[in-house]
Amino acid sequence: MNAITMTVTVNGEPRELTVPTHETLIECLRERLGLLGAKKSCDVQVCGACTVLLDDRPVSACTVLAFEARGKTVRTIEGLACGDELHPIQAAFVEHGALQCGFCTPGMIMATVALLGENPSPSVDEVKHYMRGNVCRCTGYKRILDAILDASRRMAAAPAPA
Amino acid sequence: MLGEFDLVEPTSVAEASEVLARHGDAARIYAGGTELILAMKEGLIRYDYLVNVKTIPGLAGVRVNDDGTLRIGGATSHRALERDPLVRERFPVIARMESDVANVRVREVGTLGGNLCFAEPHADPGTLLMLFDATVRIERKGGARTIPLEQLFVGPFETCLEPDEVLTEIVVPPLPVHSGSAYLKFGFLERPSVGVGVAVTTDDGRVREARIAVGCVGPVPRRMREAEAALAGQTAAESRNTLAEAGRIAARASDAITDLHGSADYKEHLVGVLLRRAFEQALASSDGSGAP
Ligand SMILES: Cc1cc2nc3c(=O)[nH]c(=O)nc-3n(C[C@H](O)[C@H](O)[C@H](O)COP(=O)(O)OP(=O)(O)OC[C@H]3O[C@@H](n4cnc5c(N)ncnc54)[C@H](O)[C@@H]3O)c2cc1C
Ligand code: FES
Ligand code: FES
Repeated sequence: MNAITMTVTVNGEPRELTVPTHETLIECLRERLGLLGAKKSCDVQVCGACTVLLDDRPVSACTVLAFEARGKTVRTIEGLACGDELHPIQAAFVEHGALQCGFCTPGMIMATVALLGENPSPSVDEVKHYMRGNVCRCTGYKRILDAILDASRRMAAAPAPA
Repeated sequence: MLGEFDLVEPTSVAEASEVLARHGDAARIYAGGTELILAMKEGLIRYDYLVNVKTIPGLAGVRVNDDGTLRIGGATSHRALERDPLVRERFPVIARMESDVANVRVREVGTLGGNLCFAEPHADPGTLLMLFDATVRIERKGGARTIPLEQLFVGPFETCLEPDEVLTEIVVPPLPVHSGSAYLKFGFLERPSVGVGVAVTTDDGRVREARIAVGCVGPVPRRMREAEAALAGQTAAESRNTLAEAGRIAARASDAITDLHGSADYKEHLVGVLLRRAFEQALASSDGSGAP
């Protein structure tokens, strides 16, 4: 078969999609669904700008094929905020100035969602290890690290409905 | 841009093997796709058919037999191994090595079978698993064989698998009692430049057996039997004096290649350094009998 019809839940909304088997997830999200948050940058699974969550696990949408989302949930940066209210991780990134150009930010934040889902109170080393595959060319990482640790504290204090 | 292909989703190894045999060079096994899709996007290779082995029931998963042997399904992801409670408890060195493969996204999607079968020399699992005398089970329609992991690797990007064969299981026997092990790597690019694994079995303060494997440096990961022999039978104190010599032997035997990851000289030097450190760690964890 060279196309697959599938049900996939994108940011909480069930969708019925037919995708060519050779369509990558980033093409599907950006071109088919108009979700422009995830970025394609290196295209070789190194930079993390394309990070989205498949069943809450981080993947490189640049290389994962769209049909792999079959029967799964996909979460992107667009699904995080509740109306005008930022997700605590987004709020922490803004308050700590953890972004400049912002190109890496959707991926950074989605990777953080996955990290804190798995490990709500990570140590500094655990954050560094988990985030190793998300590259930022602007901030120098210190502010990102601060934002992630702060987000983890905020979420522990007031667990969000995720 | 990725070219078109037909996706085949078999429900058994026999069916996968049959499809692969029918289409020959036009078909290829697709597991996580972290290597394959990259190479296809680059236009380095193209296939008309990709055979998704993840749809074969039972090909992913981890279990431990009564005798302590670890059995890893070929389509098990790196992340599953890193997080598996049994692996962490019984084979902590494997869980640790897995937690340091690539980045978290590649580990979520990439499989151990795909890592071994791609045979990219700059990889970790093959080197470490060799220390355990791991074997791999290879199946095709109407037949199966089990071979030592060492024999799987023929050259860079080349294994002894026939096109219609599927690597279904990696079988890892436990180390003997009073053993300790360590795997250390060094690199400055995405993938490791040098990887060294050491397992030490002690007996009354002596090194009964030392196992050494070196990867990334040469065309294939290898056990370094001459260097192992140099350490066998020594007391912990003697073995420390022999380490430099063992490192030189292993470096020479590793067939180091000069490439982007460094010159052959540099890699040979690192083999010696990592061997010494890994040996100390392995010795210290072999029940403390050799603890410094
Ligand atoms: C950015 C990056 C960094 C990396 N860093 C590291 C690292 O530090 N250390 C390391 O060890 N590795 C590293 N890797 C390699 C990574 O571990 C592999 O990409 C992954 O394990 C491959 O598995 P896969 O399931 O995606 O394979 P696929 O891409 O699906 O397949 C790879 C090859 O194996 C064949 N194949 C797959 N499964 C089977 C099977 N069961 N039987 C027979 N043939 C099969 C396929 O036909 C194909 O030729 C890195 C990769 C990337 C992209
Ligand atoms: S664009 Fe996917 S990891 Fe860089
Ligand atoms: S903010 Fe510019 S790349 Fe991270």
